[in-house]
Amino acid sequence: MIKIENLTKHFPGLDRPAVNKLSLEINEGEVCVLVGPSGCGKTTTMKMINRLHEPDGGEVYLNGKKASEMDEIDLRRGIGYVIQEIGLFPHMTIKDNIATVPRELGWDRERINKRVTELLDLMGLDPEIYSDRRPAALSGGQRQRVGVARALAADPPVMLMDEPFAAVDPITRARLQNEFLRILNKMDKTIIFVTHDINEAIKMGDKVAVLREGELVQHSTPEELLDAPANEFVAQLVGRNRSIKRLHLIRVEDIIEEDADKYSVAAGNGREDIKKKLSESKVGALMVIDEEGLLLGRVDEQSLEKEGETAGELADEIHDQVTADSTLNDSLSVMLESGEGYVPVVDEERGFFRDIITLQDLLQEVRQG
Amino acid sequence: MKKENIKLVVVTAVVFITGAVMVYYVMENPTDSMVERMLSGENIWRAFREHLVIVGVSMAGALAVGIPGGILLSRPQFYYIGKIFENIVNVGQTVPSLAILALFYTILGLGFNTAVFAIWLYSILPILRNTFAGITSISDEVIESARGMGMSGRRILTRIELPLAAPIITAGIRTAIVINVGTATLATFIGAGGLGDLIVTGLSIRRNMIIITGAGLSALLAILLDFWIGQIKLRLVKW
Repeated sequence: MIKIENLTKHFPGLDRPAVNKLSLEINEGEVCVLVGPSGCGKTTTMKMINRLHEPDGGEVYLNGKKASEMDEIDLRRGIGYVIQEIGLFPHMTIKDNIATVPRELGWDRERINKRVTELLDLMGLDPEIYSDRRPAALSGGQRQRVGVARALAADPPVMLMDEPFAAVDPITRARLQNEFLRILNKMDKTIIFVTHDINEAIKMGDKVAVLREGELVQHSTPEELLDAPANEFVAQLVGRNRSIKRLHLIRVEDIIEEDADKYSVAAGNGREDIKKKLSESKVGALMVIDEEGLLLGRVDEQSLEKEGETAGELADEIHDQVTADSTLNDSLSVMLESGEGYVPVVDEERGFFRDIITLQDLLQEVRQG
Repeated sequence: MKKENIKLVVVTAVVFITGAVMVYYVMENPTDSMVERMLSGENIWRAFREHLVIVGVSMAGALAVGIPGGILLSRPQFYYIGKIFENIVNVGQTVPSLAILALFYTILGLGFNTAVFAIWLYSILPILRNTFAGITSISDEVIESARGMGMSGRRILTRIELPLAAPIITAGIRTAIVINVGTATLATFIGAGGLGDLIVTGLSIRRNMIIITGAGLSALLAILLDFWIGQIKLRLVKW
């Protein structure tokens, strides 16, 4: 899909090239993460793919065609491009921002409107509310979603993403990463993703390319990167706590046992049912769910001292939960945040309760690794 | 009617009525025959019309040169020339307007053309500087993401750069127009007429009523034009 051959870029006034004879092949539908310390040439490499920088040597091939021989405007319209949130146009509404490339391509108004609505829905932003707002009226996470939606607007086969989640807080970042992976799984996009965060690289990438001083150090799957770092540099980048890093690679849904029944009571159940089930629950608490299985709250021994008869009346609010497509590392963060040894797992699309995941489950995974 | 339209109509009407009442009052109540002759309807209208022509021609010329000039200087290849130019403009702005008029009088002689030329040159400065500053202050990320999405240079200029620079450009135009209307009152010294005729004549024969009429009308003109451009900006800049 994308083939990079001996790519070289030398910025005037610097004694070493920013990118030095870099070769890399990215297959169709693959997420390739370029990772490395600042100044390693990862962003420069990415910008040579859509020719925001012209290479001084080497060539980029897209589906076998030389990028340097394509019209640069056409080339860029066929490649989605996401940078940090500030790349949104502040004077345009969210709708106009997303419609940028379709407008350049001359789509008619109806088709544009339909596409914008579709993308906002996909990103979990209500089109009714957000279409006519401007970027300044959005939170950092929402802006980031708009940035991704804008890049997806004309359905380009290739996406370039330059630290797209760097400007948001860690919790929002984890959520966006999961959402983004979910959306990606539905599409068949080839993605080049630039980050300086090795954890993000391990989590997001099908392949990870580690760069150092403009040269490719290792190009492999995240597992290989953890198991067999090519040299001291990669080993240091990955860090010593590799078994914990592995938690980025495993999804919650891969290890839960779908024991929703064991850890939940229906909102209509009475005190007796709660007591009976509590005694069997290994975390000393139960999740309260409605008829559809949606999470309403939780009950434990203390809740039984309150007034009320049914589980629904006794339930305390739940502040922390993870979606089934989160990584184990995300659930670990949530547990540390909330101070509980477990966290409820919900379905990422419909939100119904699936199971709980405990600290013991995580420890077991680490030990196995 | 929308709130902003009401404001436009009301302020415009107030300025017009104030001007009309002032003119009517001084024409009806002249303090003596000299004032009566100077403040005849015909004479006030002539001075006002000359003033408008000087302002209109020099402003149109200043916009026609200042905005494209500022855009040109903001292109990456001219950026450093633009920076140098910005400094020259800042120094140029410190030269008093009367000195500019006097300077061009020595080169071009008396008359309307000299006045328009000097005032035009003086009004270009803030427009050019603000256009340049407005465009170059846009964050690189915004321009880069526009380029990365395949917008051509011209589309980036018309859809991104000019709209984003609009508040700063209009601020420059407002500065220019206020300076322009004020400086045009000095055109009388080089025989180009305008409301300055009334002020200078009033001063030399010590008739306050004539001075106030000339000064008042030019002040009202400046207020109105400045207000109108502010209103245009409000309608253009929605974010």
